[in-house]
Amino acid sequence: MSLLEVRDLRVSFGRRKIEAVRGVDFEIAEGQRLGVIGESGSGKTVTALALMGLLPDNATATGSVRLRGNEIIGAPEVALARLRGDAVSMVFQEPMTALDPTMRVGRQVAEVLRLHQGAESGPARDRVVSMLAEVGLTDPTRIADAYPHQLSGGQRQRVVLAMALINSPDLVVCDEPTTALDVTVQALVLQKLDEVLTASGAACLFISHDLAVVSQVCDRVLVMLDGEVVEAGTVAELFTDATHPYTRGLVATARLELTRPGQRLPTVEDFYAPEARLGERA
Amino acid sequence: MKRAQLVTGLVLVSAVVITAIVAVFWTPFDPVRVVAGQRLLPPGWPHVLGTDGFGIDIASRLMVGARTILLVGIISVGVAAVVGVPLGMLAGQAGGWVDEVVMRVSDVVYAFPALLLAMLLAAIYGGSTATAMIAIGVATIPAFARVARAGTLQVMASDFVLAAKASGTSRWGVARRHVLPNIAPLIGVQASVGFAMAILAEAALSYLGLATPRPNPTWGNMLRDAQNFLFVAPLQALWPGLAIALAVLGFNLLGDGLRDYLDPRLREVP
Repeated sequence: MSLLEVRDLRVSFGRRKIEAVRGVDFEIAEGQRLGVIGESGSGKTVTALALMGLLPDNATATGSVRLRGNEIIGAPEVALARLRGDAVSMVFQEPMTALDPTMRVGRQVAEVLRLHQGAESGPARDRVVSMLAEVGLTDPTRIADAYPHQLSGGQRQRVVLAMALINSPDLVVCDEPTTALDVTVQALVLQKLDEVLTASGAACLFISHDLAVVSQVCDRVLVMLDGEVVEAGTVAELFTDATHPYTRGLVATARLELTRPGQRLPTVEDFYAPEARLGERA
Repeated sequence: MKRAQLVTGLVLVSAVVITAIVAVFWTPFDPVRVVAGQRLLPPGWPHVLGTDGFGIDIASRLMVGARTILLVGIISVGVAAVVGVPLGMLAGQAGGWVDEVVMRVSDVVYAFPALLLAMLLAAIYGGSTATAMIAIGVATIPAFARVARAGTLQVMASDFVLAAKASGTSRWGVARRHVLPNIAPLIGVQASVGFAMAILAEAALSYLGLATPRPNPTWGNMLRDAQNFLFVAPLQALWPGLAIALAVLGFNLLGDGLRDYLDPRLREVP
């Protein structure tokens, strides 16, 4: 049995039932890393929130999301709270806002342990400090005592990473975890994520709009477009035999080394015109 | 500039507090005993601020008045915060019909002036410090509920609440560990401003004879007594008026200063 099974997931918003996710199917096996690629508004984040049971109140989800055999869609809040942080955790996009400004970073990371293991603050603190060291933060003792505003963006994002990984979840959902970081810090955070995931054997759903980043971390990839999965396969398959024109466009824009100097750079529109998309929708 | 505000506020407020505490144990003269031979003395020695129409030392009465005003402020703000803040947080977190009901009821109370409520209570139970405290407290509940609700809505929309939920924090846990600490500065400011309002309301009520009855001194009823001798001894009206103005100013400045100080985002990196 797969760790996560998503069947015909549909999410709509508001009274007019505007669909943001339109029938998505995929599964993730234990320890597998699945990347989800797509542009803004393609339904990546909504899919991630749906499988955490964290959709806003005005959203309606149908279909089935099974995590470790537990149905998520329509599950009561209490049951979801038990799974969140324990079976599945999440890394957020924006490190500047994902940490509570009034709480010391160490206590914030320890929250997960307190909630799921009833950990005492003493031993929990030791684990927090070693986890902070594990995600590559130098001087973890000082950082554990700092408030979020005293840390840089890269430091905060690694704290968020530590928070998501400290309770060794089976699945880590990463929602564009490096988008808000500059390229050097991004590489470092990705490397640490890779190390910690390998060490704990956790599965990962990695959302991004950057093909290069996904191919660095993931085994398999989904390509989402307008709320649907248009392509699914291994990273290698994606680069060699993509079937959907949109995917071929994405791959072409990612492989700039194939463009000769003086030649115009390829865009996704060369392969998949927006007019065609509009026509398709109507 | 901000620092000067906080310091001025602190100085004024601590002056009131210290005076009130001292007045519990010692006043230069008996604040209620009538001395017929010393009526309307001008400021001098030993009556620093002079005496009133009953020959009672004004400074002593002012000191005891500070005690009353602090008591009224603490109790009424306490009542308002203890009832208003949880209501506001509930409204903000639950949303939907709960929010509607709480906020509409609070609008109704808000529309009802504190003075009117106090008159009602005074008419039923007789004017006393207790009725004034309760009336002012009840009338200030909506202000606290609104501030708490607005703050809660803002906090609930933030990523760190989503992150906390993603770690398995319950609704109650979110309210206690994330919402409350984040809205605490707002509540502190509101409490300080509410304190200033309570002082004004108490002064108005006892001026009208609806709060603390004579002979117990409050700044409000001192102002009323002084009115009778306004042309004979105009300074008599100045002292309680000045006390009210400075106390209100002090709590307002303290509130503003506290907001900046309590917010860890604005605190400087050590």
